[in-house]
Amino acid sequence: MSKPKKPKQTKQVPTKQTPSFKPPTAALATHGPELPKIVTSRIGVENSYTLDTFLNTGGYQGLKKALSMTPEAVSEQVMTASLLGRGGAGFPAGRKWSMLGQSPVKYLVVNGDESEPATFKDRMLVENDPHQLIEGTVITAYAIGAVLAFIYIRGEFALALERLQAALNEAYQHGAVGKSIFGSSVSLDIIVQPGAGAYICGEETALLEALEGKRGFPRIKPPYFPAAVGLYGEPTIVNNVETISNIPWIVKNGGAAFRRLGEGNSTGTRLFALSGHVKRPGNYEIEMAKNSFENIIYDSDLGGGILNDHELKAFIPGGVSSPWFGPEHLGLPLSAEAVGQAGSMLGSGSIVVMDHTTCIVRVAWRITRFFHRESCGQCTPCREGAGWLEKILHRIESGAGKEEDLDLLMDVCDNISPGIIWPPAQTTICPLGPSIPPSIASGIKMFRDEFLIHVKEGGCPISDARHSAEVSRV
Amino acid sequence: MSGLNPETLAQAKQLLSLYPHRRSALIPLCHLAQSQDGWLTRQAMCDIAELVGITPAEVLGTVSFYEMFHTEPIGRYLISVCTNISCMLGGAYDLLDHIKKRLKVSPDGTTSDGLFTLQEAECLAGCDKGPCVTVNHRYVDANTSDTFDALVEQLKAGSLEDTIPVHGVLIRVKRERGREAVKDDGVEVAT
Ligand SMILES: Cc1cc2nc3c(=O)[nH]c(=O)nc-3n(C[C@H](O)[C@H](O)[C@H](O)COP(=O)(O)O)c2cc1C
Ligand code: SF4
Ligand code: FES
Repeated sequence: MSKPKKPKQTKQVPTKQTPSFKPPTAALATHGPELPKIVTSRIGVENSYTLDTFLNTGGYQGLKKALSMTPEAVSEQVMTASLLGRGGAGFPAGRKWSMLGQSPVKYLVVNGDESEPATFKDRMLVENDPHQLIEGTVITAYAIGAVLAFIYIRGEFALALERLQAALNEAYQHGAVGKSIFGSSVSLDIIVQPGAGAYICGEETALLEALEGKRGFPRIKPPYFPAAVGLYGEPTIVNNVETISNIPWIVKNGGAAFRRLGEGNSTGTRLFALSGHVKRPGNYEIEMAKNSFENIIYDSDLGGGILNDHELKAFIPGGVSSPWFGPEHLGLPLSAEAVGQAGSMLGSGSIVVMDHTTCIVRVAWRITRFFHRESCGQCTPCREGAGWLEKILHRIESGAGKEEDLDLLMDVCDNISPGIIWPPAQTTICPLGPSIPPSIASGIKMFRDEFLIHVKEGGCPISDARHSAEVSRV
Repeated sequence: MSGLNPETLAQAKQLLSLYPHRRSALIPLCHLAQSQDGWLTRQAMCDIAELVGITPAEVLGTVSFYEMFHTEPIGRYLISVCTNISCMLGGAYDLLDHIKKRLKVSPDGTTSDGLFTLQEAECLAGCDKGPCVTVNHRYVDANTSDTFDALVEQLKAGSLEDTIPVHGVLIRVKRERGREAVKDDGVEVAT
């Protein structure tokens, strides 16, 4: 990575940055002319969240078709589609379903906890197309033989909770959920379960604890997969909201049609949540692998370029757990393989763009502060490490840093995730701990000089006005 | 301090009947109680403990883990300002500074008239419109100091009660049907 252009930064920065972007509402585009919209087909349609609109736009057709198939045949289609989980880890959904343990009682849990910074796709799907999620949930429960399904929604999502429960009431009334679904011998109940404010409850075993009415402590592994031992100790499938929202389309159109989109293992389309210094932040459903970061950030029907026509400094490719990229990585295709080989991940699908006025130390500090606040506290490296890292970064940002602090930061990171390698080594109960080092390591690796300038100049050189206010602490 | 009133209690019992294991109702029940009083009173937690079949200490121990539960009274309007990455890049700390001055409170503080509690929040999944602000967990268009001030005036005048109900994310969530598939699946329902 090139050295930070220090003099330019200090001079070009506006003295006061007003909260400047007032973007369009969750802008959407399926990039390319004849590509299908899979999960966002109803976004923007009037009253998209009602049963009437849903039925007028092909809703519950996938479920009807599924009920005419055997559960195995439904799973087979999802396997063929090679649908990767959209919750962050990217595990193939069909394969996960096939790992389900034997038991008369199995559960399905849909993960709508979405608290990952810069991720706002699941909320959009639940608020605007709750029936699609319900349809996907019923089909999945049928395929895996679940007796009861929970849709866990982040507690703060008041509107999503309202719309989803209203849709569920309609779905029961319509016969799409409940006893003898559409006159068949299949029955299923769905419970909409609210969370109560804890990022860690997005981690699947913590989510199960929350669902059991306990503190959201991730469970010690093994057993590695809830598919073996899950809710109430029974085999349980946990899938993300976007993953499940893809299911009706796959059943309706066939796994092969899904697979024809994208490339290699990155099949279908995917929702990317684009935010930060771009002209058109929003969620974009685009075909996997066929577009690059440059497309999504700069194309006029997608991100539209950097805000205020500034220069791109760096971007976060897949959520705050992922190592950052610089402008030289813009050409990389949005595929799990390509991004993985380049040393990062698509993760939760959230891309954060930082322009040349961005203070890297401050970004690293804020991300670390998030992890510190959200660490559940079970593991020492995560709980203590995050706290110390946050303190050191804060000290550098506010002008009390020392040159040795850079080594100290890396040393603490190394204690959390030995070697600071990618993919990260894990010494903790869950992957939150190892998610802390990548931002710090990226910042220091790509912008070491900028950290040193903070130390030498006794604080942030980039925008005094913007940063003069006392930096808030936990 | 009284606990759950008869109406909440009826809702609570309906909720409990959904779950294979009662304790799974704990978090939804706490949301219900919070809708009733705006916060979780001691007596409400004791009532919930009894309903769920655990000790009050277990209720408190669970509740204290979760950010959304308040074991002390808070203002009529909880104003959450996200300062996480995307919102910070959009000027969230400037906005937060303005709000602190406008309301004369620091984060986690409540205004002396009991109207507003301010909270510096983590990502609220409204990153495309940052800085993202919610009031009682409803998204509001208040990402500049001017629009924020206008919002405060409207809240004070009580003209937003329809869009921003007081307290409780479940206040407008009503499940119409109980479990129906129970007999077929053999999963026992808590009684
Ligand atoms: C700290 C942490 C937070 C997570 N948050 C979420 C989340 O908010 N939503 C989600 O779907 N998955 C989240 N995950 C991933 C889940 O553990 C799980 O892998 C996912 O829900 C599985 O669904 P999928 O296979 O459909 O992606 C999180 C994981 C970790 C470690
Ligand atoms: S790594 Fe952190 S968040 Fe995960 S279980 Fe350990 S302490 Fe909790
Ligand atoms: S970063 Fe502020 S709402 Fe997501």
